[in-house]
Amino acid sequence: MADRLQLIRIVIVVVAGVGLAVLPWVAEAVGEGFVTYQVTRMLIYALAAVSLDLLVGYGGMVSLGHAAFFGLGAYVTAILSFHAGDGSNVIEWPFVIAGSNQALWLWVLSMLVSAVAALGIGAVCLRTTGIHFIMITLAFAQMLFFFFVSLEQYGGDDGLGFYGRNALPGLDVDNDTQFYYVCLVLLVVFVFIAHRLVRSRFGIVIRGARQNERRMHALGFPVFRYKLTMFVIAAAGAGLAGALMANQSEFVSPGLLHWTLSGQLLVMVILGGMGSLFGPVLGAFVFLVLEDVLVAYTEYWMVYFGPFLVLMVLFSRGGFWGFIKREGSE
Amino acid sequence: MSSRPVLEAVGISKRFAGVYANRDVSIDLHEGELLALIGPNGAGKSTLVNQLAGETASDAGTVAFRGEDITRLKSHARARLGVSRSFQVSALFDGLTVEHNLLLAVQVHEGHSFRFWKAVDRDDGLLEKAHDLARRFDLMDDLPTLAGALAHGEKRQLEVAMALAGDPAVLLLDEPMAGIGPGGSVELTRLLDSLKARHAILLIEHDMDAVFALADRVAVLDGGELIFCGDPQEVRRDEGVRRAYLGDT
Repeated sequence: MADRLQLIRIVIVVVAGVGLAVLPWVAEAVGEGFVTYQVTRMLIYALAAVSLDLLVGYGGMVSLGHAAFFGLGAYVTAILSFHAGDGSNVIEWPFVIAGSNQALWLWVLSMLVSAVAALGIGAVCLRTTGIHFIMITLAFAQMLFFFFVSLEQYGGDDGLGFYGRNALPGLDVDNDTQFYYVCLVLLVVFVFIAHRLVRSRFGIVIRGARQNERRMHALGFPVFRYKLTMFVIAAAGAGLAGALMANQSEFVSPGLLHWTLSGQLLVMVILGGMGSLFGPVLGAFVFLVLEDVLVAYTEYWMVYFGPFLVLMVLFSRGGFWGFIKREGSE
Repeated sequence: MSSRPVLEAVGISKRFAGVYANRDVSIDLHEGELLALIGPNGAGKSTLVNQLAGETASDAGTVAFRGEDITRLKSHARARLGVSRSFQVSALFDGLTVEHNLLLAVQVHEGHSFRFWKAVDRDDGLLEKAHDLARRFDLMDDLPTLAGALAHGEKRQLEVAMALAGDPAVLLLDEPMAGIGPGGSVELTRLLDSLKARHAILLIEHDMDAVFALADRVAVLDGGELIFCGDPQEVRRDEGVRRAYLGDT
């Protein structure tokens, strides 16, 4: 029984992988090229959802502020790209940060900035647990949200557009198909890294801390620094997703940091299956496809989506991925 | 008992909402000895273990490990020094397998855990140590089982096994035999007897047969105060103890 479920899981992953790999060709062939653009968005949200699941599913840290790191990453890339557009500097004192259009620099910088922000925010938030943790992560995220709302020089409320995606050596990411593959490869790489991470010594410490923090202390683990590290890693993943999001639409707005987006990311994780790595990917796709489909019928699509979510939570604690996971496994 | 104590608490107190759980308790634990801590329910035994393990901060008094003051050290720091504990109510990682429970207990003594790449399941050095523990506690067949799915007796075994990882100098065992039945108690009594040589043990236990079979000294807590500490044979004769605990009139 267990082996059969594992086989089903492998088949699903392989089929999904092959499907995603050939999708742009198929879309082109049937004359629905815009599908590639839409699925790119799903890949990006999937990346953000996987990074959130590292926190929520593996670390038991239910954050309602994850979009802050997503949006922060998006803004970092967008602001530097914007300055590259008119050849100006971002800041000139105490040191010069010039505008840039180089993906390899911008995307890494987005991850770094999100990570550093998470180091500070996490150091405060992780002194609390449970409902307090949810509230304080939400509070920090809203602070960042309003910071960007009030940042007039970068569009404030209206957001900030820039012209042309970032340059990647040897690739033309302004081409939607090429950008699609860039996002797909980054998602696969991130899932692989996360896969190694949660099975490593560090990963098992994080999972242990989720199960029983008191026992972790009694065994001799200084749990705080491990949780903070995971918080930072998750934020870096979200920062990368944000950088991709900025590139996808060549536009960012404070909405990318809004708490409703944090909530949506949480829904994707729960829908797909917390504590698994393919679950959140699945969750992101289901969520966004359903949104696209339902929005076509009614602006109030949440009215239909809400009950669906309630049923999912009631009948499958492990989300979609939970349906094909054996009882009594980790 | 002429040697320097491994663990020594001097005058430690703890109040909860103004009520003393422990008042001015001084207790010492020596190399190669098993000290049984007995007393009626609510006497403050578990609070005392929490204070010694560093989980509960004392309001007054000091705790020293091998002569070094550890009063201000947190529980995780004390655990790595060699003051290990088990819990009265099994505190396992219920959603992890027995093997991973043991791995975690072993891993903490192998340096820091900021190792992000290699899978623990392929870490032969760690696995070997975890399996050694499993063998000693007869848990080899349960390695792939989730800890939460174990039978009660096996949970108690795993509970003690995890406390024993890393070869701690001091073992604080909070009712390790609670609810495992006479057969299990006999087995665990034999095991604890074999551990005495290597670890200084503080044992909270209600089973008097086990206490008198194992203890080199007996300490009696009543109402948060240490009313007796000494030879097991004398404890039976001590008037105060009989009144407070053994129920004799």
